[in-house]
Amino acid sequence: MQVRSMHFKARAGQALADRTLQSNLHKFGTGGLAALRAKAVSEYGRDAFEALRDAAKEIRDRGLADLPALLERFEAEATRRGATVLWAQDGDEVRELVLEICRRHGLRKAVKSKSMLSEEAGLNDALAAHGVEPIETDLGEYIIQLANEPPSHIIAPAVHKSKDEVSDLFAKFHGTERKTDIPQLTREAREVLRRHFLSADLGLSGANFLIAETGSGVIVTNEGNGRMVTTLPRVHVAITGIEKVIPTLEDFATLLRALTRSATGQPISNYVSMFTGPKGRDDGDGPEHMYFILVDNGRTGLVGGDMQEMLRCIRCGACMNHCPVYKTVGGHSYGWVYPGPMGAILTPSYVGLENALDLPHAATLCNQCGVVCPVKIPLPDLLRTLREKQVERDLRPKGERAGLRLWAWAAQRPRVYALATKVAVRYLRGLGGRRGMISRLPFGNGWTLAREMPAPQGRTFRELYAARRRRTPSPS
Amino acid sequence: MRVGLFVTCLVDLFRPSVGLAALELLEAAGCEVIVPTTQTCCGQPGYNSGDRASARALAQKVLNEFADVDYVVAPSGSCSGMIRVHYPALFRDDRALAERAGRLAAKTYELTDFLVNQAPLRQVPGRFSGAVAYHDCCAGLREMGVKAQPRALLAKMAGIEMRELAECEQCCGFGGTFSIKFGDVSAAIADRKCDDVKASGAGTLVLGDLGCMLNIEGRMRRRGDTATRVLHVAEVLAGDNGRVG
Repeated sequence: MQVRSMHFKARAGQALADRTLQSNLHKFGTGGLAALRAKAVSEYGRDAFEALRDAAKEIRDRGLADLPALLERFEAEATRRGATVLWAQDGDEVRELVLEICRRHGLRKAVKSKSMLSEEAGLNDALAAHGVEPIETDLGEYIIQLANEPPSHIIAPAVHKSKDEVSDLFAKFHGTERKTDIPQLTREAREVLRRHFLSADLGLSGANFLIAETGSGVIVTNEGNGRMVTTLPRVHVAITGIEKVIPTLEDFATLLRALTRSATGQPISNYVSMFTGPKGRDDGDGPEHMYFILVDNGRTGLVGGDMQEMLRCIRCGACMNHCPVYKTVGGHSYGWVYPGPMGAILTPSYVGLENALDLPHAATLCNQCGVVCPVKIPLPDLLRTLREKQVERDLRPKGERAGLRLWAWAAQRPRVYALATKVAVRYLRGLGGRRGMISRLPFGNGWTLAREMPAPQGRTFRELYAARRRRTPSPS
Repeated sequence: MRVGLFVTCLVDLFRPSVGLAALELLEAAGCEVIVPTTQTCCGQPGYNSGDRASARALAQKVLNEFADVDYVVAPSGSCSGMIRVHYPALFRDDRALAERAGRLAAKTYELTDFLVNQAPLRQVPGRFSGAVAYHDCCAGLREMGVKAQPRALLAKMAGIEMRELAECEQCCGFGGTFSIKFGDVSAAIADRKCDDVKASGAGTLVLGDLGCMLNIEGRMRRRGDTATRVLHVAEVLAGDNGRVG
């Protein structure tokens, strides 16, 4: 996928000016998935859910500490059960491997269930360019494929679209009468997609987890399309990141409890599909050929480093559902595959710090993400560390650095500081006028773009305190 | 008990009435209040902007200034959180400093938490009448566990009618330098807070952090709301309601 993460600021500005998008985001932000999570957590019990988060974190940490061994175990078990395990260094290799599989089996049409890795690799365009028609079958993914847009949320990819926009898209691309009733719209999508399911020869999916002990992949879905993608076509290719491997089915059961509650507030998703090798001799259905493509694309670079905790991520989306910035500017502003707090860390980590300068700063550090993360990733701390790396690599604007240094210099010199602030508060008090509000600051006009700056009261605390001490000398 | 008042730079500059109110409240709770006059800033601007060196320099200064008091109290969840949660992390590679930071962290409190749990304020000196809503500032809530304490103190005031905001735990969009770097996004987030306050019907918004206060009040005034008051919880409790001296 094309990297547009350098343009967060401009894209966020456009998002703020887009009234339809703002109305869609507002609907998502009030209630939405965050409210469903809160309800699920209170039903599960707050303390019990905290214990579940600890357990989930521990499983993921254990898996990451032992990543090479687990991957080898997975490969051996999957191969033993008839699947082919392939390894991809980056997006280029993912595309090559998939195209090679298409050539080998003469494949012409791919039905896809959600795979963020295929977004990382920009797979759809490559498939189309080589005569393999890619059809997204997750309803949200299908909608944005029609709209020719990338996903704006990792589990609700079309959350930025309104029902009206979907009605327009369906009428335009299906050549049907425009419908506005949601059950009618989904029925229409099912009918269109059913034809694709039955005519496709390749099923492409992601995998929420890889189970090392059984060599299985798992997808956690709500629409049933994933099950068709992984069983109907004669070839199934599951593409996922190498960090998704976990030791056992027992571990999966724990992670699943945390994942669905964090993502959609469900005790369990409508479908939990596990695929282990191709169709066996006695199986009624399933693909003839089953491939796993396990992708690095920057992940090993995080192992053992100060971003390693990010690899625990199980892609629930809770961080973005609770993020004030995401809820205000939407997912497209982040400019790559992953939006919200997790994206603000993954994008610079995978596409380069210098290619995503705004992202680590595009957060208020409110920690609403950190307290809901099912695997306890300290997202604000990681964002702060990325900010430090930017400074170390001299990637921040000179003015910003100079301003911070000047502040720190003065703040270490109480007498200079006292004098400077004494002058500053009087000046700013003057700017505030009768209302005590400053409409235009001589510096940092980012503040006053859309806000007043309440003016200082006119004297500093240290002045007032000194005066108070003179009036009533302290006993000490 | 000797309590060091960490005034915070924003209070020092913008709203000294908050610092004076905090001082009065601590004295009313029976504390001997020490105000180190060399204090300036806790180092958060640098810390949150990736300038670790300047954050450490300022943090060391705070370590020295507040070494001799029994407690450190700040009228801010954000600055007290910086000391309690982030100072130990800032010095984790230096054993001696990490130890001192740990000691300072353990005795540092947010004002309302201190006035409820460490030096209970039995009689609230201020008077207030009207409906107020309370905004839970992020660092206070999520780093310092401040939630029930300000509400409990406000509830002691006879004339106050508490209204809960629908989204009282939502960030107001301030975020320190975020508010300047992404002024438009920050103000759009503040808009939600302003809507929420309006919907609550409370004539006054009370909160415990100056950054959020400047952000929310600034956005309210720009939107043309000149009526809703925005007050720091210390000002309300002390009874000076934003007046100086």
